[in-house]
Amino acid sequence: MNQLDQLREFMRRDRVFGFVAEERFPFTSGVRPVRPGVVDIKKGPILYIENMTVSFDGFKAINDLTLYINHGELRCIIGPNGAGKTTMMDCITGKTRPDEGTVFYGQTMDLTRMSEYEIAQVGIGRKFQKPTVFPHHTVFENLELALHTNKSVWPTLLARLSGEQRDHIDEVLEIVGLKGLKHLRAGLLSHGQTQWLEIGMLLMQKPLLLLVDEPVAGMTHQETERTAELLTSLAGEHSVVVVEHDMDFVRSIARTVTVLHEGSVLAEGSMDQVQNDPKVIEVYLGE
Amino acid sequence: MQYKSLFAQLFASNRGGTIFLGILAALAIIVPIFNLAVPESSALHISTYTVTLLGKYLTFALLAIALDLVWGYCGILSLGHGAFFALGGYAMGMYLMRQIGDRGVYGNPELPDFMVFLNWQELPWYWYGFDMFWFAMLMVMLVPGLLAFVFGWLAFRSRVTGVYLSIITQALTYALMLAFFRNEMGFGGNNGLTDFKDILGFNLQEDSTRIGLFLASVIALALGYLACHYIVTSKFGRVIIAIRDAEDRTRFVGYKTESYKLWIFTFSAVLSGIAGALYVPQVGIINPGEFSPLNSIELVVWVAVGGRGTLYGAALGAGIVNYAKTYFTAALPEVWLFALGALFIVVTVFLPKGIIGLVSKLKSKRSETKPPDAGAIPKTEAES
Repeated sequence: MNQLDQLREFMRRDRVFGFVAEERFPFTSGVRPVRPGVVDIKKGPILYIENMTVSFDGFKAINDLTLYINHGELRCIIGPNGAGKTTMMDCITGKTRPDEGTVFYGQTMDLTRMSEYEIAQVGIGRKFQKPTVFPHHTVFENLELALHTNKSVWPTLLARLSGEQRDHIDEVLEIVGLKGLKHLRAGLLSHGQTQWLEIGMLLMQKPLLLLVDEPVAGMTHQETERTAELLTSLAGEHSVVVVEHDMDFVRSIARTVTVLHEGSVLAEGSMDQVQNDPKVIEVYLGE
Repeated sequence: MQYKSLFAQLFASNRGGTIFLGILAALAIIVPIFNLAVPESSALHISTYTVTLLGKYLTFALLAIALDLVWGYCGILSLGHGAFFALGGYAMGMYLMRQIGDRGVYGNPELPDFMVFLNWQELPWYWYGFDMFWFAMLMVMLVPGLLAFVFGWLAFRSRVTGVYLSIITQALTYALMLAFFRNEMGFGGNNGLTDFKDILGFNLQEDSTRIGLFLASVIALALGYLACHYIVTSKFGRVIIAIRDAEDRTRFVGYKTESYKLWIFTFSAVLSGIAGALYVPQVGIINPGEFSPLNSIELVVWVAVGGRGTLYGAALGAGIVNYAKTYFTAALPEVWLFALGALFIVVTVFLPKGIIGLVSKLKSKRSETKPPDAGAIPKTEAES
């Protein structure tokens, strides 16, 4: 360990007093806990959202939100429309910058200072609310593009698939049930299949944290069940955050549920606890 | 082994491209023979005028391929690609000017005629080195490339896309046109650079020099096509298509899309510069009119007519539209702009994929009547 690393170790945000980690503290700003490429999950949580506020033209989409996601956890986030669920996802993945507060990935990576592609490369995968795949590429090519590998310009120009990578793609094709369709253009897939392909693309990235926005919207009952099975099986090795409106689906997979309302956490706990919480009933379930 | 599979790929999965390269090879053989070896009295004789015209079309085809690379594959609609073409042309023009030496009207061994005319005493610093061919050729690629790199870096980093990008590329070429029109710039003002005498010691008026330039254009076009084909069939190519179709998704998959766009844009500008450099000695003049926004828009029409996203389609479009232009401007000059406008409307409304799209549509209709081929599942490049 060289001296710089030692210094960083010394300044780790979980081991120092709060003021040292402050941006304006002269000696550590810049050296502060950002260590690209190293995800430190020794303390348990993989994602720390602290006192995050986002406002659009004065409207606070996220209001002093504090939320922790543990490693290997399957967390469901519910809340009425406009509760800030998608904005929260945007902040985690770098699409939107929070006005205040911090978003840490592990203990050392400050996501608010990283761009979208860097965040994706360190292992945060995101599925959009509206399923988006590459319509002119085949299913196989879609997965190939998502493959976890060096994604800068020159290596990509010269890239050839290794046998191992091919196996990985086949494995994921198996998991998402699109094996027979691997040469089909993705634009020709049905809605449910598109959702599955997108989940498959997430898996190709070998992410530690999966952010899944409304995975079962527009799926048949059977497809929903399979998705529930898949997401449950992924938890453990990966941390999975699911935003969903479908209450039956949430009930079938949820261990911990967080209820968002007006940009902050209203309640957190098991599905039963949350459902019996009078505040939640008032704003959401009771309507 | 990799190269072998590369060529196998090229000819197996790309019939249009094979035909295109075949036509180029045929042109490279037939045109010189019929121009130089067949006597002028014969009906088969190809006049030097025609050779030069064909050579000009070939440089336009290279320019069209360069635009297709960014527009058809990456979705960047540049309405200023003519600027890179003209810059390459000016770099070549500067070399040709220096080659004139003391054979100019004023007989100044150092200064081109227009500088003597403006009473300039010495060569401006940016004209230094252009008496050397290798330096001029370097500039042919470097100047457009650098401009595209800086421009692209600013535009793509700020995430300027779609119609806004098109408008600023248009503004770029317009600004350059105005600048090059000024005499103080030192590029010959509105007369541009002309009266070229020879290139690498060969007289530009000679038939054999014309053939040499024609062959150079054929080779540049073929190599340019092969380079673009390699790019678009590589994983890089799949990434830029992904950027065209869903840029956000590409970013969230972990690609720095700005870099990809920047490199493809720069490469395309370099190709355009090379096309411009081959164009100038064949037509014998380069003036600021080449920067005119209209030229860049016409270029977009060529690509649209031929068919986007196939490369050879763009080359075909450049050939057809320019042949039509040559014909109309000679036979019915007042009709040409209307014809061009009508062509663009017809293509946009009825042939969104251009002529190549129409051909493949007709072909698939014909094959529908035949029994389906069991092995017809298209294989991806990644698979083969």
